[in-house]
Parts: sequence; C-alpha cells; structure tokens
Amino acid sequence: MLKFEHVSKVYKGGKRAVSDLSLEFEKGEFICFIGPSGCGKTTTMKMINRLIEPSEGSIYINGVDVLKKDPVQLRREIGYVIQQIGLFPHMTIYENISLVLKLLKWPEEKRRARAKELLTLVDMTADYLGKYPHELSGGQQQRVGVLRALAADQPLILMDEPFGALDPITRDSLQEEFKKLQKKLNKTIVFVTHDMDEALKLGDRIVIMRDGQLVQCDTPDDILRNPADEFVEEFIGKDRLVQARPNIQTVEQIMNPHPVTITGDRSLSEAIQLMKQHRVDSLLVVDEQNLLKGYIDVEIIDQKRKKASLVKDVLESEFTVEKDTLVRDTIRKILKKGMKYVPVVDHDQHLVGIVTRASLVDIVYDSIWGEEQQGEMTWLQSYNF
Amino acid sequence: MATVLQFLSTYGNELLLKTWEHLLISIIASLLGILVAVPLGIALTRFPKGAGTVMGTLGIIQTFPSFAILAFFIPIVGVGKIPAIIALFFYSVLPILRNTYIGVTGVKRSLLEAGRGMGMTGWERIRYVEVPLAIPVIMAGIRLSTVYLIGWATLAAYIGAGGLGDYIFSGLNLFQAKFIIAGAVPVTILALLTDLLLGRIETWVTPKGMRKMKEAA
Ligand SMILES: Nc1ncnc2c1ncn2[C@@H]1O[C@H](COP(=O)(O)OP(=O)(O)OP(=O)(O)O)[C@@H](O)[C@H]1O
Ligand SMILES: [Mg+2]
Repeated sequence: MLKFEHVSKVYKGGKRAVSDLSLEFEKGEFICFIGPSGCGKTTTMKMINRLIEPSEGSIYINGVDVLKKDPVQLRREIGYVIQQIGLFPHMTIYENISLVLKLLKWPEEKRRARAKELLTLVDMTADYLGKYPHELSGGQQQRVGVLRALAADQPLILMDEPFGALDPITRDSLQEEFKKLQKKLNKTIVFVTHDMDEALKLGDRIVIMRDGQLVQCDTPDDILRNPADEFVEEFIGKDRLVQARPNIQTVEQIMNPHPVTITGDRSLSEAIQLMKQHRVDSLLVVDEQNLLKGYIDVEIIDQKRKKASLVKDVLESEFTVEKDTLVRDTIRKILKKGMKYVPVVDHDQHLVGIVTRASLVDIVYDSIWGEEQQGEMTWLQSYNF
Repeated sequence: MATVLQFLSTYGNELLLKTWEHLLISIIASLLGILVAVPLGIALTRFPKGAGTVMGTLGIIQTFPSFAILAFFIPIVGVGKIPAIIALFFYSVLPILRNTYIGVTGVKRSLLEAGRGMGMTGWERIRYVEVPLAIPVIMAGIRLSTVYLIGWATLAAYIGAGGLGDYIFSGLNLFQAKFIIAGAVPVTILALLTDLLLGRIETWVTPKGMRKMKEAA
C-alpha cells in the first residue's frame, strides 16, 4: 500500500533530515513513527503527501509514484491531521468537516449527510454542526480534526502528533476511541508521536528513527522483546521493559517444566498415591511418547472409581497452550476460564510443562518487587485482575 | 440659528449637490483603491522579498504633500474630477495595501498547512482561508483610508473637482467664515457617518466564528 524506497531529504543549507529510508506497509496497518525531536518524523510524513519533496528516492502509494501525481489531487486522496489541529476558526464544524468534500465538488445535501454521519462516529450529536471551533473543548476539536481527515473516506491518513496537546485523560480515551475507529474503518494510518506509550498502544508496527535514519521497524511486541540496540532500549525505557516483560515473555520462559504426570495404563489407586506424594490434586495424563492425553483429578476419581480402575478410562480432555504463546494471553485465558493451571505443549501436543496460578503470581510478584520498586503496579491494572 | 437657516434656504440645494459630489469622488477613489490594493496586497504576500520594496516606495509617495500630488497630475490629466479621483486613489492604496499584506501574512501557518494538506489549490486557499481570516484587518484599512479620503477630497476642489472644498476655498478667498463652516461641517459629518457605516460593515463581514471568538476573549 505504502512504500518508501531509499528516500532521503536534504534541506536547503545541507541539513540531512532523512537518509536512505526504505519501508513497506500493508493496507490497514497502523504505523507509528517515533523518535527524538528533530529526527525527521514530520519530514518523512510530509513527503508522503508532497508537502515536502524528497531529494532522493521514491514513495509509492498502491504502486504509483507520488511524484508522478498532481500534488493537489494526491492530497485530496490522503487524509491529513496536522500537529496543531488546525481547524478553521471562521468556519462552523460542519464547514470544517466537509471542506474537503466541497473541494471535491460534492453537492450540499450529501456533504451535510456525510458530516452528520461522521460526527456519530465519535459520539457527537448533530447539534455541533453549527458551532464554531472555539466553542468546543480541546478533545472535541481534536475529534473534529480527525473527522475532517476522514471525510472523503480516504484510505490513507497521515497524523502528526494529533493528541499531543491534550491532557492525559482525554488523550487516553481518544487513543482508545481512535484505535477502535481505525479497526472498524480499515484505514492505513501513519501516525507520528514522541510518546512511546502511545506508539505501543496504537501501533501495529512502530518505526523508530534517529538522526534521519531508520533504527527499527517492528511490532510493539517485537520491539519490547528484541530492542535493536541500546538506543532503542533507552528510548523504550527500562521501566517499560520491566513492565512489559509479562507481555512479551512466552509461556515456555515461565512454565514449570516438571509437571506431575501419569500414564493411562496405571490404576486409579496408583494415581491417588502419586497425588498424595506430590501434594497435588490433579495429574496430567500422557502416553509413552509424552503426548498429552488429558487429566484426572481427585473429584473425577471420587466419582468414577466404582465403575473403572484404569486412568485412561476416566481421564478428561484438557485445554492447553502452546509453549510460544505470550504469557499475557495465557493469563487472560486462565483468568477467564477460571482454571487453576494450564498444561503447556509443543506444536505436536507433547507435554513440556505447566503454568499454574502460583507461577503467575510469581511473575506478578517479580515485576512488582523483583526489580526496582516503582511504577510496576500499573501492569497489574492493565489486566483487570 | 437664523443665519444658518438663511444660508440653507439660499444654498441648500447647492450644498446637497456639493456633498453628493464630495462623497462620490471619495467613494470612487476608495473603490478603485480597494480594487487595486487588495489583490496587490495578496500578490505581495507571495513575494515577501519584493513586498518590502513596494511598500517602502508607496510609503514615500504617501509622504508627498497632497497639493504637490494634485498639482503633479494637472499637466498629465488636466483638471476636473478625473485627476482628483486619480490623485485620491493613490492615497487610498497604501493603507489598504498594508493592511491586506499584514492581514494575510498574519494568518497562522498551521491553518495554511491544513489547507494545503487537504488539497487546496492556491486560489482555494486565498478564497477559503486567507481572505476570510484577513478580512477584519483588510476592512480596518479600507475604513481608515476612506475616512481620510473624505478629508483629502476637500483639496480636490483646488483642481476643479468640485465637492465641499469649493465652499472652503471660496470662504478662504472671500474671508467669509460662513462658507468655510458650510464646507467644513458637512465634511466632518460625512467623515463621521462613513466611519460609523464602515465600522458596521466591518463587523458584518467578519466571519461569525471570529466575531464570537473576540467576544469570548
Ligand atoms: N524547512 C527546513 N529547512 C531546514 N531544515 C529543516 C526544515 N524543516 C526541518 N528541518 C530540520 O530537519 C530535521 C528534521 O525535522 P523534522 O521536523 O522532520 O523533525 P521531527 O522528527 O518531526 O521533530 P519533532 O519531534 O520535534 O517534531 C531537524 O533537524 C530540523 O531542524
Ligand atoms: Mg515533527
């Protein structure tokens, strides 16, 4: 959908703001550009709609070189939200939202209908159509700024720190709202920010830049898991790396690799012996190849021991996770299903370990008291325990 | 009071005619000034390097004594209404030009970029963004220059353009205070009324969103 090929920008006076950037993005991707001030994020973004012309290289949208298109035409096909919102103070909300449509010569009734429809996307009523920007709160203005960029249903939207000027609470809710909106509308979005939390929260992929150069372009999880270098690590921040660990660790890294198991050909009394010995109330049932068959627990044995005598006759099948699943997702499953533990298997259903509620408590404990002691309570909340 | 009434009964019709003449000269000169200065002012904003020179030159011309300019036009276009209007037109240009330039350059860069980014052509930006936002400042220039012109138009009588200046010059020549007053009072009233009217128009053409913004501020 969007492709950068060896793109560089050298400003008059010799400042090399972007150098040799090559990137490719899919339709529907939410891409966050992030980096220290002056690293060339805005420059990169503005080269897409030719507010700035690249010095070298080419940018393609759906395979078409943007330099081959008429700039005015090109810009009408791309939504653009500038850093300072930039609503026109002399126009009503309706006029602001529908301005692009006016430029595209849509008839008045269609413009009005579209403006109303757009307002509902952000839970604003049609009453706002006749108001002027200064009569709206900052958050509402920002919403309208976004709507203006969505008006002509452009498939690609550029946003330069759109939520930068908002207070943290408004900002948070707007981010959430916007992410949902993007999923729903399936837009490709290029989003510039200098806030790592924002990038991690919104981005499908994050492009980290420094001094005009690409440092890393990856999914948030990959960036947290494998920061490309010290710069990235520092940029993410140690706090966040610690906090993020449960998010990016795999089950394999935290599981207990020695679950108590039993094979199906043993008798139920042997099973009870084993439970007593290990002080557990359930056993994982495997075959000779260590393939997971199911589980038995005290309750099952209690109910069935009159009718059967072998483990394989009473075992129940089991919900499992694969060893490279993220801990984050596992926690959710365990909590949602109210399970006490989950067996961990490899891709061929061989049992390799077990994650119990107790081991989850350990990670939580670790990330709160294990490392430094500040800030880490936050991730607890983010799971809504 | 009796003298005023007597004067009016003798010169009343003539006074109305002269006032009308006066107003006409001023308004035509002012309209011409708007027609030239507003587009020129906008054009200058596209060439900020040349803008300084143009405005400097006009500023110098403006400092020439009015009489000198009027006299300067006599050999070129003769005497009468036309030369007077031309001379007055020159005077009207600078305030309008300067205000247009200041108004348009004062439009926030972010708004221009928003316009450009959404795909406005140069014309569309002028029409939808720059002019509407600069209108209050441009109007203030027009108001100022028109009120000045009404005063200066008095001098136009000197080159035979007519208007209320006729009374003042006769009065001066004949040492007749009543003629001077008969000229000066209507000029002042005219100027005040014009100022009032243009003030109204100024509010009226200021986009609603900005009017309210001012009230809120
Ligand atoms: N018009 C220009 N002429 C010359 N240099 C420029 C111009 N615009 C930007 N630069 C320089 O290019 C570099 C990149 O600027 P850019 O605006 O892309 O940074 P940014 O990453 O968006 O920074 P910020 O986070 O502060 O917005 C900076 O060093 C800046 O000073
Ligand atoms: Mg920037």
